[in-house]
Amino acid sequence: MKESEIAKTEVVNLLNTLIKEYRVFAPVEQNGFITFQEIHSGSEAFLDYINSKKPPKEIFFPQSERLFSYDLSREEGWGVEEPASEKKQRIIFGIRPCDARSLVLLDNVFDGKPYKDPYYTDKRKNTTIIALGCNHPGSTCFCTSLRGGPFSQEGSDLLLIDIGQKYILQVVTEKGEKITKKYNKFKEAEDHSLSLMQDTIKTAEASMKSKIDVQKITEKLGGIFDDPFWDLVSEKCLGCAVCTYLCPTCHCFDITDEVINQTGGRVRTWDSCAFPSFTLEASGVNPRPGNKERYRQRIMHKFDYFVANHGMAACVGCGRCIKECPVNLDIRVVLNSILNH
Amino acid sequence: MNTVVAIRDIAKKLLDEKRVDFIIGFEKGSLPLRSTPCFVRSASEAGRLTWNATCENNLAKYLPKIKERVAIVAKGCDVRSIIGLIKEKQVTREQVFIIGIPCKGMIDRRKIEAKLGGKEILEAEEEDDTIILKGPSLKETIKKEEFLHDSCQTCTHRNPVIYDALIGGKVTEDQAIDEYREVKEFEARSHDERWQSFSDEISKCIRCYACRNACPFCYCQECFVDSSQPQWIGKTTNLSDTAIFHIVRAFHIAGRCVDCGACDRACPMGIDLRRLTKKMEMDVKDLFHYEAGISLEDVPPLATFNPDDPQEFIMV
Repeated sequence: MKESEIAKTEVVNLLNTLIKEYRVFAPVEQNGFITFQEIHSGSEAFLDYINSKKPPKEIFFPQSERLFSYDLSREEGWGVEEPASEKKQRIIFGIRPCDARSLVLLDNVFDGKPYKDPYYTDKRKNTTIIALGCNHPGSTCFCTSLRGGPFSQEGSDLLLIDIGQKYILQVVTEKGEKITKKYNKFKEAEDHSLSLMQDTIKTAEASMKSKIDVQKITEKLGGIFDDPFWDLVSEKCLGCAVCTYLCPTCHCFDITDEVINQTGGRVRTWDSCAFPSFTLEASGVNPRPGNKERYRQRIMHKFDYFVANHGMAACVGCGRCIKECPVNLDIRVVLNSILNH
Repeated sequence: MNTVVAIRDIAKKLLDEKRVDFIIGFEKGSLPLRSTPCFVRSASEAGRLTWNATCENNLAKYLPKIKERVAIVAKGCDVRSIIGLIKEKQVTREQVFIIGIPCKGMIDRRKIEAKLGGKEILEAEEEDDTIILKGPSLKETIKKEEFLHDSCQTCTHRNPVIYDALIGGKVTEDQAIDEYREVKEFEARSHDERWQSFSDEISKCIRCYACRNACPFCYCQECFVDSSQPQWIGKTTNLSDTAIFHIVRAFHIAGRCVDCGACDRACPMGIDLRRLTKKMEMDVKDLFHYEAGISLEDVPPLATFNPDDPQEFIMV
């Protein structure tokens, strides 16, 4: 598809125009780090960043989500209420290509066969993804090992590429095309801009140093389920959920009922394979009693089971788990030690 | 002799002589400004062990599960935690060989990152009291003492209180420091201000429990937040749920917390967890004249009763 361009100085105006019609989510700086939040003015968006602390998955799959509420004290019946589905169209602006790709992975789980999750699909359907390519991938980024790249279009409707004074705009889907019609300052990209874009892409891709042969890892994992290797690799793990909760592709959840006298509701909350209660059975038996079994599950799910079920690894190489693990348990180190095992 | 060589030598000796089954220490991490916990089981691997100003984890965390004999590389706060764990019978004194290390404080990489305003660090070299940082658009020398963790800045027990071997000479401890200054300043604010500030901090929580899991004293077989029968607290990130978690956790470590700062360091969201724990520590000191992790003999205040204990807080 033809590329267009827009001056950087126009971005605030573009966002202000979109905000009139859409709910727009963009990276904003808060508490010393970047998070995705709904913005009400274009100037709130902060686009000079490596990546957000929390992945934008929560815009589709919130950490806590009320599935329904009820009130038994009502005379006219049980009074079960489901949350109203999102009517207003939404845009995520400035999401990184790795996180855009993570939505494609999540679609397999929440919008695949045989299950369709209405809470997720409702939000997903009415959201347009405008990604921002990575001119300066972080040192913990390894997206190119996972079929991604700093300018990967997968999962995006539009992709912006920063070429200094302007952004190049690559239209990926019809949904994206629609957005370009909403604003009249997009121009056909000049040849000079396109050559700058090629240079930018080359430089960024060359700067990515972490490379892991994920296919080989998948091949090896099947044979080492019972290997003592897992005892050693998981020994320092604290069993917290930093890696899973900050992961853009982790999607396990818990469902609990909250009851206060005659009223109550059902909530869905993120859960983590790192927690002891995650697999605790009603009988009291826990098939994953320790760190070894839990950490192995994390790796197996991402690089073996998910590949078997959906044909791709459940990791986009965003590096959040690497950056934030309290004990520096680096997934790249673990994957490499699997290769060398 | 330099500290790293001395740690490796003693580790090698302990393993060679079969005095311990393994060593818990630090090795070089995968990122700049990071060391990572490591477990060394053979003398030939002692060379993995290292020591520097990024050895920030409290390794006492790993003791409660252990059945074997173990040597542990421990700075001042780690040793205080070990004392607490011995008193709580999570590990025996005989089981643990303490390789004590006087500590000048650990550096807080988040403070450094904040100062650099987004510039990425690709290399960090430590030299005595400074660190040289290098990156794509970065070459800067910083002073360690300006970037210490908050808990290290007010630490009055830098030297291990007990040990089986001490590596290097003792360091000076600033006993005149007012370690509760921030708590007192916070207490002086109005009720509404305190609640607002507390709510703002706790609202950042994502319930990952890194604070709990990094804490050497959070070793309950089942934490109250994990219980499903009964389910004591909600699973959401609503303020009421997260606040209960943090308040109960703080109460549970009152009289036990040694202010190592492990919770604070582990939190990915930058919650000021010490605001609660430091207050607990101050109250225990004021009310019971007790400081945790200083002696193996004294009795923890919440494990005993004296007729003259303060009881003004009991509402009749």
